[in-house]
Amino acid sequence: MTLTTRSQRACPLSRRAVLGGAAAAAAVSTLNAPFVLAQPARIKLGLMLPYSGTFAALGNNITDAMIQAINEKGGKLGGREVQYVRLDDESEPPKAAQNANKLVVGEKVDILVGTVHSGVAMGMVQVVREEGTTLIIPNAGAGAATGALCAANIFRTSFSNWQPSFPMAKVMYDLGHRNVVTMTWKYAAGDEAIGGFKDGFTKLGGKIAKEIAIPFPDVEFQAHLTEIASLKPDAVFVFFAGGGAVKFVKDYDAAGLRKTIPLYGSGFLTDGTLKAQGAAAEGLLTTLHYVEDLPNPVNQKFSADFKKATNRDVDVYAVQGYDTGQLLVQALDAVKGDTRAKPALHAAMRNAKIVSPRGDWTFSKAQNPVQDIYLRKVVNGENKYQSVAHKGLEDPATGCKLA
Amino acid sequence: MDRTPRLLTILALLAVVVLACLPQFAERYTIQLLTRIMTMAILAMSLGLLVSGVGLVSLGHAAFFGLGAYVLALASPANEAASVWWALPLVIGASALAALVIGALAVRTSGIYFIMLTLAFGQMLFYLFHDAKFAGGSDGRYLNFRPAVEFMGQEILTLNDRPTLFYVSLALMVLTYLAIGMMLRAPFGRAILGIRVNEPRMKALGYNTNRYKLTAFVIAGAIAGIAGFLYATQYRAVNPALFGWRESGLVLMMVILGGLRSRLGPVIGAFALVLVEELFQALTDHWLMAMGVFVIVVVLLLPDGLAGLFDRKRDAAEADDG
Amino acid sequence: MDPLFVALQILNGIQYGLLLFLIASGLTLVFGILQVINLAHGSFYMIGAYLAFWLTARTGSLWTAIAIGLPLALVLGLIVERVMIRLLYARDHLTQVLLTYGLILVFNEAQRLLFGNDVHGVAAPEIFAGSIRLTDTLSYPIYRLAVSGVCLALVLVMYLVIQKTRLGMHIRAGAVDRETVQLLGINIQALSTFVFAAGAGLAALAGMIAAPLSSVYPGIGEHILIICFVVVVIGGIGSIKGAFIAALLVGLADTFGKVLIPEFSSVTVYAVMAVILLWRPQGLFGRA
Repeated sequence: MTLTTRSQRACPLSRRAVLGGAAAAAAVSTLNAPFVLAQPARIKLGLMLPYSGTFAALGNNITDAMIQAINEKGGKLGGREVQYVRLDDESEPPKAAQNANKLVVGEKVDILVGTVHSGVAMGMVQVVREEGTTLIIPNAGAGAATGALCAANIFRTSFSNWQPSFPMAKVMYDLGHRNVVTMTWKYAAGDEAIGGFKDGFTKLGGKIAKEIAIPFPDVEFQAHLTEIASLKPDAVFVFFAGGGAVKFVKDYDAAGLRKTIPLYGSGFLTDGTLKAQGAAAEGLLTTLHYVEDLPNPVNQKFSADFKKATNRDVDVYAVQGYDTGQLLVQALDAVKGDTRAKPALHAAMRNAKIVSPRGDWTFSKAQNPVQDIYLRKVVNGENKYQSVAHKGLEDPATGCKLA
Repeated sequence: MDRTPRLLTILALLAVVVLACLPQFAERYTIQLLTRIMTMAILAMSLGLLVSGVGLVSLGHAAFFGLGAYVLALASPANEAASVWWALPLVIGASALAALVIGALAVRTSGIYFIMLTLAFGQMLFYLFHDAKFAGGSDGRYLNFRPAVEFMGQEILTLNDRPTLFYVSLALMVLTYLAIGMMLRAPFGRAILGIRVNEPRMKALGYNTNRYKLTAFVIAGAIAGIAGFLYATQYRAVNPALFGWRESGLVLMMVILGGLRSRLGPVIGAFALVLVEELFQALTDHWLMAMGVFVIVVVLLLPDGLAGLFDRKRDAAEADDG
Repeated sequence: MDPLFVALQILNGIQYGLLLFLIASGLTLVFGILQVINLAHGSFYMIGAYLAFWLTARTGSLWTAIAIGLPLALVLGLIVERVMIRLLYARDHLTQVLLTYGLILVFNEAQRLLFGNDVHGVAAPEIFAGSIRLTDTLSYPIYRLAVSGVCLALVLVMYLVIQKTRLGMHIRAGAVDRETVQLLGINIQALSTFVFAAGAGLAALAGMIAAPLSSVYPGIGEHILIICFVVVVIGGIGSIKGAFIAALLVGLADTFGKVLIPEFSSVTVYAVMAVILLWRPQGLFGRA
């Protein structure tokens, strides 16, 4: 019960006010609906995403791209209208379970979509595992969601933290680097990303001199940059995202390290951050499951449409949101909009083939995408496709009972 | 210390009866919300013991709440439920121990130093659980199975059942209230009340005031740990933010909002604050600002808190405070 | 661990400590002279940082931003003192804690309303934007040296004012015994207002010059506030000298903690505090 802002937009105030008012009136009971005759006309889609905070831009891109995908197919899911219920989770893990409950138990949404931050997603996973609600994760890469805590009702349309980093190991090894220092924030996304790199690199015979992990979201890197300089590794592999990625790349450059100790990272290091990073990011090599200039026609159409509709450029988060929308359309059409037919709905989702701007992909048994990972390079302030670093990469899904 | 007006006591009894009947017909979400409020009420009462009882303003009390929650999460096996018979004593023991260590340092100081010390130690625990590998970092940890209440191999209470957890929380809340009452009426309680009113005088009378203060601190810490146990059981998720100063400030606010003069104050404060928070969240995006203004207004205009609204009589003799 | 590494880390630690001192000095004086716990002190640091971000974006230069922002912050400090803090002089600590806690909530939300929630970077001034090459692998950003320089200059100014001027004498006396100072006919109210506004201004200035180093995002105020509380407790309430030494100590402890015991680095500072309090409960230079 920490005081974190939790805002809600685009949701009928009256419903929230009634819920709040009922609670405020000393929790006077409301009668349970005695029975349900027929399914109400609209499908209630719960969107638990960050609409404020460091990740607000991601939350907005995911949402807008998802709605774009649904609207492209007529704006209905399985023939039924859609009602979007938004909840700003602010990327705050402490309130994750409570917020998820608000949507699942309080609002009784049919399907829950969310979120960006891995820690918050884990809270959501806990809740839907207990309540049985279908959950689609459009970003958070926490391995456990399609790993140790996987479930038939949990799907992910983005990536696992392990996936984008694993192929970079071979890239760096082939470039001759044998002794590497890693650095990231100490949280699930960081730990798992470095873990992916470590898996690949040590298997090839490379050595990791030191793993530096600083508290999230600390951005005071000076002490550690000094440390890296004194360790003199062949290269440095990092995981940072957002504002932290901006600062790190700039600080690394200001410390003069880029000239002598090459820097690599998973794609999040240069995603949405290039303008702020400026010249400091030029030439950086990263690996990710998407690049903006992928030459396939789906990508070109999607980018143009998204730009026209929102006046923003696409990024990997928009792609993930778009694919979430596509998945919903495909699956709900298959069950003709009957959200109560869960086994059929889940089977339809499991077997979906997503024609995505990132290239076609399908689900693994653990219900995480099996997808290509691309090597990208920053050229003139933009990420440019270089090659396919790993084709059809599947997350190991350790501990998943479905796999 | 107890200036609970008769009217308020009657209302409180009525409220307990209503609460007891609630699970029969209330919505699941309401039951969940009330369970959380009652957990907070237990935490608020433990802080109330320190603030109104001993006169110690602790800005780090949530640390013991967080510790209790984490101990349960960390000690519970990954593949089966922990038994409440060892889990609960473990939690209480850990919280009490932490309170003993922190309290031993803190009670040697007073006034501003005490406030800042407790704040700093609360933050220290926050960073410990935020940064260390064993604790799961900033994302926190999850509890896979709620504690099992078994006797001779048979399950006597299922905490997985929402109404059952509700009743357990209700019972614990009432028990805590009664226990604190008994404690304050006993010689020990009389002594700490005396310390709050005039510590030098108590010292002159030969009381080892530091020892009494420390004991009260430890008891308060232990009760906070029980609240943490309930929280972790309800949500099956713990997070370093539970230790933080924001949480501590919130609990302190509950104590003040309810009123320092009445033993029911913390309970009233807990209910009022959470319900006000829900209300503000429903009404506006910028509910935090509304909460800030609310806090300021209440502190300035309601010196005796909400319980004071029921109190017609103003006792001239009890003019001191804090 | 070669000597250069140690020397650089010491440099890092001192730089951080000097910055902490700017903020903690205001805090300790407010405690000592006004006898008020102001939890919202960290908010002035945040306000400074955001002013730096906003004004630099508008005017293109951090210098101009500071030139405009600092007077703004001083005025804000004055207003806050007259409107809110004055209400707290007669109240008990509990009320002060809660009122200023409410103030933090209001400030934070106002910041969110005005500037949103993202992490923002602030560019350092052009002349300081480079780095000095130290070894074949490492360069040290000039801006960090500049910041340390500015802090040292301010420390010197503060020292001169407090030790060598009449005003400083009043401040020192007020920190020791507020009542007597009042009895001596000195306008303690004006003094209090001055001290509060000065403290707020220093904290805001710290926020402004630190903005290029640590980015600007919600919550930076609270984080630095807690550390400054620790500095004040270690140094002793009301003692500027104590705050100075404690700030350097905390800065070094934190920096070395980060590289030596990264897992428990944040705890280092509190451990140091605990040890010192065990030995001297009133802090290094505090009055018992």
